[in-house]
Amino acid sequence: MRELKILAVVVFFTIITYIGVEPFAHSQMHEHIKPVDYKYSDLKPLNKKGDPKKGAETFMNAGCVGCHGVKSQGIAAPMDAKSASASFGVVPPDLSNAGAIFDEKFLANLIKNPAHALMLEHKFNDKRPFPMTPFMGLGGDLDQEVADIVAYLKSIAPKKLDDKDVFIDACGRCHDVKYDGWKRPSDTEALKKYMGKNPPDLSIIIRAKSKEHLINFIGEPQRVLHGTSMPRVGVTKEKAEQIISYLEKVGDRKKEKRESVTLKIILYFVIFSIFAYLWKASKWRDLH
Amino acid sequence: MAHFSKANSIGEWLDQRLATKKLWKVLAAEYWVPKNINFLWAMGVVLMTMFSILVISGIFLLMYYKPDVHLAFDSVNYTIMQEAYYGWLWRHMHAVAASVVFLVIYIHMFTGIYYGSYKQGREMIWISGMLLFVTFSAEAFSGYMLPWGQMSYWAAQVITNLFGGIPFIGPDLVIWIRGNFYVADSTLTRFFMLHVFLLPLVIMAIIGLHFYSLRIPHVNNQDGEDIDFDYEAEKYKNGQKRESKVIPFWPVFISKDLFVVGVFMIFYFYLVGFHYEFAMDPINFEPANPMKTPPHIYPEWYFLWSYEVLRGFFFDIGPFKAMSIGLTAFGIANVIFFFLPWLDKSPVVAPAHKRGAFKYWFWILVIDMIILTVYGKLPPTGANAWIGFFASITFLALLLVVLPIITKKEAKSVGGAA
Repeated sequence: MRELKILAVVVFFTIITYIGVEPFAHSQMHEHIKPVDYKYSDLKPLNKKGDPKKGAETFMNAGCVGCHGVKSQGIAAPMDAKSASASFGVVPPDLSNAGAIFDEKFLANLIKNPAHALMLEHKFNDKRPFPMTPFMGLGGDLDQEVADIVAYLKSIAPKKLDDKDVFIDACGRCHDVKYDGWKRPSDTEALKKYMGKNPPDLSIIIRAKSKEHLINFIGEPQRVLHGTSMPRVGVTKEKAEQIISYLEKVGDRKKEKRESVTLKIILYFVIFSIFAYLWKASKWRDLH
Repeated sequence: MAHFSKANSIGEWLDQRLATKKLWKVLAAEYWVPKNINFLWAMGVVLMTMFSILVISGIFLLMYYKPDVHLAFDSVNYTIMQEAYYGWLWRHMHAVAASVVFLVIYIHMFTGIYYGSYKQGREMIWISGMLLFVTFSAEAFSGYMLPWGQMSYWAAQVITNLFGGIPFIGPDLVIWIRGNFYVADSTLTRFFMLHVFLLPLVIMAIIGLHFYSLRIPHVNNQDGEDIDFDYEAEKYKNGQKRESKVIPFWPVFISKDLFVVGVFMIFYFYLVGFHYEFAMDPINFEPANPMKTPPHIYPEWYFLWSYEVLRGFFFDIGPFKAMSIGLTAFGIANVIFFFLPWLDKSPVVAPAHKRGAFKYWFWILVIDMIILTVYGKLPPTGANAWIGFFASITFLALLLVVLPIITKKEAKSVGGAA
């Protein structure tokens, strides 16, 4: 009984200290961030219904392929990675999967005003224009044309993408994942100049940042890190979760093993403790 | 030359040459420990277990670790954590044990304080234990640098910088410790040497001293009772186990310890597999970047109380700069416990709950050190800074002023009664 009382005191002070230095201290150190809902409610909704067939035409006429490749449709990127990153800072994305990865409302706004949709207006303005030019329309109803392009991109996008593909399209043009052998196509020096700093390797970012932090940061970088040069990439919530799942697979690839192995070790010590207790009881029986 | 007859077994053969039977008796089978103890007396064996885990896991990590600023981070986070078989297990075990070992050290220390096990002949046990605390601290600090993550780098930066506050030699000392003008590859390699060679060697030697220091004054007991160990041991050997106040280390004492170790291991491995962030700070999974200061730099939890004593003095007082006062207070905080046997002026060896004012002193000290620990991590702004200041003052006052006064009174009243 006395032993249990002492144990309770030790456990009590240990828990108080733990709560103080971990959950409590961390709640004081990091400001609370309103979770990002991936609804892109700051952007104007897409009111028109797009027609993918017309969109294909508009897409070609709008000059998108002057910079973007669409591999799945047999349209190669007009420049190799090196010259593309020399011209733009970062290699422009191939649009084969864009319709599946990015939110449609985001895409529509991006086509019309990239710096705004990407939340990079603190970096890009009239003096320093964003490398992607806003689409001004082909003379018809601008919103209809934009809706058509978005419908086209959605129509050509694959239904299913694996986690790594999503990551590469959404993040992999700027970020390396060297523990998974992924090397960004953009040239590092050009990228540094364009971004203001070298975007970090994301191999074990999952151990450095919480999932909650990452999901908010991907959804709206400015909300988490004000003034960052990382754009809002505009992925859907589902695709953001795929990105996280990829990062977890790469950065914490022993998770399953860790949990199953330590469970077995714990079980071993439970049995060990039972036998140790019996041994103790046998040794102490004739002492009192 | 001694005469050797033919041995009938390996045991006998060894005994003839090494006196193994006698050695075993001296070390274990007839090494006497009081019977009147509780599970807190098992912390020594728990610590020994943790230290063994640290050494063994450390050996495995050492096979893959590369002490070079360009290679260290990946050798830890890729080679060890992802490539080598069970490398992740050794790393998690090592990191969590390094943190948890301090929890047990603190429990062990406060057990000693509570039961008065640092005086009346037990001073050397206490001092060698404090030496272990200091060397373990150095071991932990040097090890924390090795993964070369953000916190490794910046903690090294901040802590080595502290030595710059020492009068006259400070600035040169910092360069000498770092091996460069800033924390660099030379800093990593020398701390690597300290971590894997010199400090473990010193720790093992002090552990030997610590064990040896128990021999003459013997282990204390739950009531601080002065036991005649020879007399009680005779009783035990004569079969009066019930009446004897002592038990042999082997197998009686150790049988209880093993049970405590088993239960502790369940807790420890739960932390290793499922709850390790407290010991493996997420920030340290970002590679060291001298160009990017993390928004919050803090030491590991077990250094927080003394770190807060350093930070607590945040304003200049008269001609003294805040930094100098803080550093002085920090210096005092780090050595003050060595002097506990003399700051306590009372000859009474008894548990705190039987010592009147000392009881309150003890619990206020525990609470104050927890406050220091928590506020050592919080940003030192606004009210936090003032709480840190008062907690630091309280800490120094408790040890330097209050303890001598209340124990002097206690000594007087005991003297009067006797």
